Amino acid sequence: MNPAMTPVRRLLFWTLVAVLLLWVLLPIWLVAMGAFGGRAAVFQWPKSLLPASLSFDHMAAFLAVEGVANAFLNSVIAAAVTVVLSVALGAPAGYALARYAFRGADAFKLLVLLTRAFPLAILALPLAVGFIRIGLYDSPFGVALMHTVLALPFAVLVTQSLFMGIPRELEEAAWVFGCSPVQAFFRVVMPLALPGLAATAIFAFVISWNEVFAASVLTVRERTLTAYLLAVLSESPLHTRFAGGLLLILPSVLFVFAVRKWLFTVWGISGR
Amino acid sequence: MAPKPWVPYLLIAPAVLFLGALFLLPLVQTLVLSLQGEGGLSFANYARMLGDLNFADALRNTFLLTLVVVPVQIALALLMATMIARIGAGRDLVLWVWVIPLAISDLAAGLAWLAILQSTGYLNSVLFALGLLDGPTPWLTQETPVVLFIGIALAEIWRATAIVLVILVAGMQLIPKEFGEAAEVFGASPWQRFRRVTLPLLKPSIQSALILRTVLAFEVFAVVYALGGRNFPVLVGEAYVWQGENQNTGVAAAYAALIMLISMLATFVYLRVLRTPREQMA
Repeated sequence: MNPAMTPVRRLLFWTLVAVLLLWVLLPIWLVAMGAFGGRAAVFQWPKSLLPASLSFDHMAAFLAVEGVANAFLNSVIAAAVTVVLSVALGAPAGYALARYAFRGADAFKLLVLLTRAFPLAILALPLAVGFIRIGLYDSPFGVALMHTVLALPFAVLVTQSLFMGIPRELEEAAWVFGCSPVQAFFRVVMPLALPGLAATAIFAFVISWNEVFAASVLTVRERTLTAYLLAVLSESPLHTRFAGGLLLILPSVLFVFAVRKWLFTVWGISGR
Repeated sequence: MAPKPWVPYLLIAPAVLFLGALFLLPLVQTLVLSLQGEGGLSFANYARMLGDLNFADALRNTFLLTLVVVPVQIALALLMATMIARIGAGRDLVLWVWVIPLAISDLAAGLAWLAILQSTGYLNSVLFALGLLDGPTPWLTQETPVVLFIGIALAEIWRATAIVLVILVAGMQLIPKEFGEAAEVFGASPWQRFRRVTLPLLKPSIQSALILRTVLAFEVFAVVYALGGRNFPVLVGEAYVWQGENQNTGVAAAYAALIMLISMLATFVYLRVLRTPREQMA
C-alpha cells in the first residue's frame, strides 16, 4: 500500500476494491441461489439474499433430467480430447520455435497469430458440412477437433515461452552424458516444463468446456453441456437454466483456481 | 552433435497440417459456401442476407454492443490494474477474485445475469424495496430494448473484463519500477505518471487486448441468447438461426463471411493506429 495515501483516500480506495469484488462475486452467488432454490426460489417475490428453501435436491433433480448427464459426459470427452490434441500438437511446435532458428519460423508464427484476427467458432459452419461426410458430425470428437483450433495457437505460444525459460545448457549437458536428444528432452526438459504444461492443458480444457457456438452447430443428439443448454434454453424453466449455468461455472472456476499461480505466465504470454 | 536441419520442420509439421486442414481450409470453404448459388457462383446468399428482416437490426446491435462494451472493458481493466499495483497485502486474493470471470462461459454469464434481471429477479426486488417498482416487471423483452441492451452489455462487461485485466497486469509487470519512481522524483502527479509513463509503455498490451476483445465482441452470441433469446438479433445469432432452424448453410456462411471481414478490418485498423515504432519497443 502506498504510504502517501491519506486515511480518507485509503478508505475510498478500499471501498472501490470492495465494490469491484462484489461486482464479480454477486452474480455467481445469485445464480447459485437460483440453482439450489428450485422453482419456489425463482418465483419468490420480493427476493432475499438467502431463499426460503435451499437444498441439493433441486440440483440433483436437474442432473437427473434426460440428456443432462450425457451432455455433461460429452463436454468432458470433448474437453479432454482438446487437451490431448492441443498439447500434443502445440508443444513440439513451441519447442521448435524456442530452440531452433529455421527458415519459415516467422511464417509459422504468423499463421498462429493470424488465428487471432478471425472469429474462429464461425468456422464450425463449413466444418459441419465436411464432418457429416467423414462421420465426425454429432460426436464429441468432432467438437474437440474444432475446439483444438481455438486452443492450439494458445498452446504453441505458451509452450514456446515455457521452453525458452529452460536453459539450453541443461539439455546440452545431458547430451554430453550420453542422452539422445529425445531422452534429454523427456528426462531433463519435460520435468521442468511440466507445471507450465499442466497449466496450458487446464486452460485448453476450459476453452473447450466453455465454447457454445461451434459445439451447437456440430451436434444434434450428442450435445455438449453448453450446446444442450442453448438448445433447451427457451423451453426450460428458469431454475433449470440456473442449475445449468452453475454446473457450467463450477468446474472451470475450480480448475482455474488450481492453476492461479500460472494465470499470468500463461495468459500474459499468449496475450502479447 | 551434427545439426539436423529437418528437425524443427518435423516438430511444427503436425501443427501446420492441423491448422491448414481445420483453420485455413474452412476459411476458404466459408467463402465458397457463401458464394454458391443454384447454377454456380452467385451473390444470391448475400442478397438473401441483406434482405433478411433481422439483418439491419443484427448489424446495428452487434456494432453498438462492441462500441459500448470494448471501451468500458479497457477502461475498467486499466483502473483495476492500476489499483492492483497499489495494493500490498491481499493483492493476490483481490486479483484472483477479479479474474474469476475469465473461467466463465458466455452462456453461463448470461444465465447469471438472468438471475438478476428476470422479472421476479434481484434487480426488481431491490427496486421494489426502494419503492421504485410496484411488482415484478419484465425487462428482457422487445418492449424494453434499452434495458435489454444495458443488461446484455453489463453481462458482457462482467464476463470479459477479466481477460483484459490479465493482459494488462502481465504487461505492467514488464514496465521497470524505476520509470515511475523517476517520474515521481521529478514531481509528476499520480495521474501524470499514469498518462505519461504507464499508458505509453502499456500500448502493446492494450493493442493486443483491443484486438482480442473486439474480434470476440463481434462474435457475441450466447450471452444475448441467454438473456433476451431472439429479442435482440446479433450477427452470429442470425448465422446460427440460418444454419439450424432454416437449414440454409449458404446464408449462414454469408453471415460468417461478413463477420470475418469486419473482424479482419478491425484488427487491421488497430495494427495501423496503435503501431509501436521500433525504437520505442520495450
